[in-house]
Amino acid sequence: MSSIDAGLFTPLQRDGKAIKDAEPLAVPGLLNRLAANAQARLSFAVLVALFAFAVLGPVLWPQSAAEQWLSDVSVGPSRSYQALLVDPYAEVDLPAAQQLTAVNANTEFVDLVWPPVDGAARYAIYRKLANSDTVAGLPLATVTELSYRDRLQLRRKAYVYRLVALDAGGSALQELSLRVSPVAALSVFEAQMHGLVKTGVSAASLQGQQVTIPAHPLGTDAFGRDMLARLIHGARTSLFVGLVAPLLFTAFGTLYGALAGISGGRVDQYMMRFADFVVALPFLLFMILLRVSLGIGPGDSGINTIILAMLLLSWPGPARLVRGQVLQLRGHAYVQAATIAGAGRGYLIIRHLFPNILPLLLVSLSFAIPSAIFTEAFLSFIGMGVAPPTPSWGSLCNEGIRHMMSHPHELIFPALLISIAVLAFNLFGDALRDVTDVRTRQRLI
Amino acid sequence: MISWIIRRLFAGLVTVWFIATATFFAMHLVPGNPLDNEKAVAPEIRANLEKRYGLDKPLLAQYGIFLGNMARGDFGISFAQENREVNDILREHFPVSAVLGITALLFASIGGILGGALTAHFRGRVADRLVMVAVIAAISVPGFVVAALAQLAIVNMNSWHGSQLLPVAGWGSPSHIWVPALVLGLGTLAYLTRLMRSSMLEVMSADHIVTARAKGLSAMQVFRRHELRNALLPVVTELGPTVAAITTGGFVVELVFAIPGMGRYFVQAVQQLDYTVIMGTTVFYGAFLVLVVVVVDIIYGFIDPRIRLYGADQ
Amino acid sequence: MQTALLFLFLVMSAAVSAQAIDVAKQRITLTLDAEPPSLNTFTSSDAISSEILVHVMEGLVQYGPDGKIMPAVAARWSSDNQGARFWLRKDARWSDGKPVTAHDFVFAWQQVVAPATASQYAFIFNPVKNAAAITRGELPVSALGVRAVNDYELEVLFERPCPYFVSLTAWVSYYPARRDIVAKWGRAYAADHDKAVYNGPFTLARWVHGAEILMRRNPQYWNNAATRLNEIHYAYVTKDELAKFNLFKNENTAYTTLSLGSLDSAMQAGYRVEQFQTAALFFLEFNHRPAHVTANLALRKAIQAVYDPDMVVYKMMGRPGTLPGRSLFPMTVRGHKGRFRDEYPARRLKPDLATAQRWLAQAKQELGVDQLPPLTLLASDSPLSIEQAEYLQFLLNKTLGISVQIDVQTFKQFIAKRGKGEFEISVAGWGPDYDDAMTFADLFASWNANNRGRYNNPAYDALIEQAGNSADPAVRFAAFAAMQQLIQDDVVILPIYEEVDLYLRHPALKGLYRPVFGGDLNLRFAWLEHSE
Repeated sequence: MSSIDAGLFTPLQRDGKAIKDAEPLAVPGLLNRLAANAQARLSFAVLVALFAFAVLGPVLWPQSAAEQWLSDVSVGPSRSYQALLVDPYAEVDLPAAQQLTAVNANTEFVDLVWPPVDGAARYAIYRKLANSDTVAGLPLATVTELSYRDRLQLRRKAYVYRLVALDAGGSALQELSLRVSPVAALSVFEAQMHGLVKTGVSAASLQGQQVTIPAHPLGTDAFGRDMLARLIHGARTSLFVGLVAPLLFTAFGTLYGALAGISGGRVDQYMMRFADFVVALPFLLFMILLRVSLGIGPGDSGINTIILAMLLLSWPGPARLVRGQVLQLRGHAYVQAATIAGAGRGYLIIRHLFPNILPLLLVSLSFAIPSAIFTEAFLSFIGMGVAPPTPSWGSLCNEGIRHMMSHPHELIFPALLISIAVLAFNLFGDALRDVTDVRTRQRLI
Repeated sequence: MISWIIRRLFAGLVTVWFIATATFFAMHLVPGNPLDNEKAVAPEIRANLEKRYGLDKPLLAQYGIFLGNMARGDFGISFAQENREVNDILREHFPVSAVLGITALLFASIGGILGGALTAHFRGRVADRLVMVAVIAAISVPGFVVAALAQLAIVNMNSWHGSQLLPVAGWGSPSHIWVPALVLGLGTLAYLTRLMRSSMLEVMSADHIVTARAKGLSAMQVFRRHELRNALLPVVTELGPTVAAITTGGFVVELVFAIPGMGRYFVQAVQQLDYTVIMGTTVFYGAFLVLVVVVVDIIYGFIDPRIRLYGADQ
Repeated sequence: MQTALLFLFLVMSAAVSAQAIDVAKQRITLTLDAEPPSLNTFTSSDAISSEILVHVMEGLVQYGPDGKIMPAVAARWSSDNQGARFWLRKDARWSDGKPVTAHDFVFAWQQVVAPATASQYAFIFNPVKNAAAITRGELPVSALGVRAVNDYELEVLFERPCPYFVSLTAWVSYYPARRDIVAKWGRAYAADHDKAVYNGPFTLARWVHGAEILMRRNPQYWNNAATRLNEIHYAYVTKDELAKFNLFKNENTAYTTLSLGSLDSAMQAGYRVEQFQTAALFFLEFNHRPAHVTANLALRKAIQAVYDPDMVVYKMMGRPGTLPGRSLFPMTVRGHKGRFRDEYPARRLKPDLATAQRWLAQAKQELGVDQLPPLTLLASDSPLSIEQAEYLQFLLNKTLGISVQIDVQTFKQFIAKRGKGEFEISVAGWGPDYDDAMTFADLFASWNANNRGRYNNPAYDALIEQAGNSADPAVRFAAFAAMQQLIQDDVVILPIYEEVDLYLRHPALKGLYRPVFGGDLNLRFAWLEHSE
């Protein structure tokens, strides 16, 4: 063997930069590189904002996510308003009418009275919004009396009532119509329930007082619950599931894979064969099956069940990844050198293995999180997600999609948050992968 | 090679057994019983029903009987559809999911490969940026939102145009497939585009491509002979999991578009605790996916001869 | 294989986009909520199967468009306290041309009660002599109190007086069946369109499982002249309310029910919304087993005092026509002449916080606790059921400080947990099985297995006995009125609402009707005609 030229050991150059051999990437270096990456900075800022939304949200927006304002069910973004206290349970004497008249008109009830129509057996009452150009309207009731109390989801809007007098055969004899603009009102019982006025006081004495109904900047859901508060609590659920499930299954997978890789031989073979089995389970089918068979008890939010199901099904991914790395590292000269030098297993794991696989795990984690958020949303969408009344972005979407056409805000806001979160995690993952230069894909075989 | 395939298939059989066992016990963990119904029945009737479905036997005996029947390819009779065999249900509903899935897969792989290759070639230009933004957006919106919006768009488009441009829902003609398949394949399409793009970028800067260019091969020749083939490798690897994701991910699309596929059926079966249908579906899907993985491995072997050599040793 | 499949599929299917109505061909297209679980009338027990069966089969009598019983296979009948007698029309034929005889009814009825059939609706034969004993396996099926006097005369003996028996025979379980056809197909009987014979105005012409059902006019039907539609095509099988509404809006279907969300869209689009009282009652069921705190009357009274069905119905649900629950008996229950509830009005309760607090204090004292343990509120996973649970949880927590744990379960688990009594309160519902107040009343008899809260009150049982053993309307309705009062005073349940179905219909579709009993929706007498 001839003499070796020292020049052989200078790093190869590409694009003016030295091509480095794979070397352990220290975490501080990683952070510096991330900080230098614009995409990473931006997506990280979005993520911080989302977590702040979830954590600080309840402080900044103290409305309860459970309070049901039944007079404001499924309303869009709304301001605070004054409502008159009324007692819908009080007996009222309705006067005889010369024409179709609204005796009382507030958002708790509208009392309609009308004069008898000759030959009429029944009266059909319809209601529509005054600004709608349709004819039909909502069929409220068909009555035989000469009065009707409408209590059906009255809003602070102008309505047109249409009264159709029908003969015994059901043919229309005459039509009357009336425009009514109910004033904002709240029943005494509800005001007491919400704690707006004292209990133990007679309803009659409270009538006529004004109370303040709070604003809902993002509207309300189908129970009149504040959408913003629901979204904040939903963020807690979705981000919690999205973070904790991947963390757990990555941690478990890492241990499992490291154990298999270090043990080697038979043990490694059996352990990985078992991992192969679990990988073969059809994921969504088993998520649904496990969600049902693990069950959710009374009062349980179901978050733990979903996390457990994800853990049971998703650990083999990181396990395979880590095991592959371990096997590869075991072949590396410096690890062998360390072993020969008498390094213990613990030292090897902490000094060599861990720094090597950490970037890899971080990258795989950053992609596992958005997919976990999606999985939770999907389960909630088919009604197999978190148990009500716990909100999650997915369950909010599920509720919202039913009212998609009439109250789009109920779908748009949660769907938007899911998209933003998933997008931010994906972009962050991309950036992380770029700076660590890690291959996430694994080869089969 | 042959013996390697046989060994893979055998391992697949063991995997199917594992899936069957896991499903069986997971399912019997569920409290309740498929025979429970809104109206309580007389204990005598209940006993007769249990006998009919073999639920009167101990669990392990049921498991043994189930395995025996499964080996013969018989999954028994549905609980919810009293006079239909699970095999008939699979035979009727699986092809629907398969056609939907394959169309979606075609959309996704053709779109993804082309999109990825093109964006890689136009790297950094406006077209690249636009496609990548669209791709990122497609990955970030939940499938059920896309499906519902797509349906709404069809209704509005039809009423605006005044004729039936596309069917709103249902199944039975090619025109029923396109939109659901596109919705179903969208996520995968976006994913494959990204994968193909980065893989292509990597290949394009590789030494042998530089050499090929230097030899004077035309851009098209380089693309076909060297770039595409090499860049496809990682994409093909992903096809296995992708097929799995698409075929079992059909739930939402099948629900929204009223498509009589297996995914929708499975959700119903779980809700009704239809033991036999749940078992049949999971085992069938499991077997199907195992087969797909083996097939993908074989394809991979053909594309990349190295695998064949190494693979045969392992 | 994949390409082959795809190719096959493309070749096989021609472009067909369903059309809501075809007036010239008298053909309509509809959606079906789900694949019918069983078209075998021996075991069939669900609404979807009966929607199909009411068109392709026919019993002794049927419910007409006016909601009254009208002749079907039986041309006339008579009934007294001991039994009933039916005279069958001689021109009634099966779709293969053979006559429908009294023997076909005897055979079918024996099959339903046979223990081997294990039909969930065997109980509907309980008024017939020996039926219950046969189902229990104590007597042979031949002991069933029904006899073919000759080919066209059927004689029925009662176990005890049953004033509503004739109306029962409109029910699916009472349909006839052909011994030879059942024997020919065995287990597969009625599993496909060509594995059964039909005696209704339509026959099944095509049945693609899970995808579509085509019904075509039955030329052998005795009253074929009265049938005006030629084809009823269930081209879509979906429960998805959005999809159903979109199909209607796109003029693919001639009819759709409206859900929570699509009602507003239908209003915006200017459709004419129609209503149908399904006669089903939804209620909160208390667990009366002694180990549960809800066995305490004062606690139930406290909950009753804050629970106002009006709030649920008018403010939360917002479906016009839905009636707030005020009684165990819905408005559809028949009385002496008109409606039971008009003759015996239920007392209306007003919510009152102060009263509720008093009851609660008393309950705590009686139970010997300072703070009530959390109540388990069991609900099935249907959106309507969850909605009720979420409201009650909020209400009880807000007004009484009672903590409520919602337990949402898939349907089978929900039933199992209800049966075992693992709840304090459960969101429940009940639809009538037959046209008599008893179908609601005996729900809370101590012996009824459907009484899942195990309410056990000898006074209530005595009233049931009183009504059950009498054919005198005065005695019976007085007993039912007493039960109505007892249910409210004892807070056995809290009625929530009486269900209404809102639906849209193509304006050209006429003569459609929705009976409470015997198969809804009914298109037997429907036709298509452009208005104006």
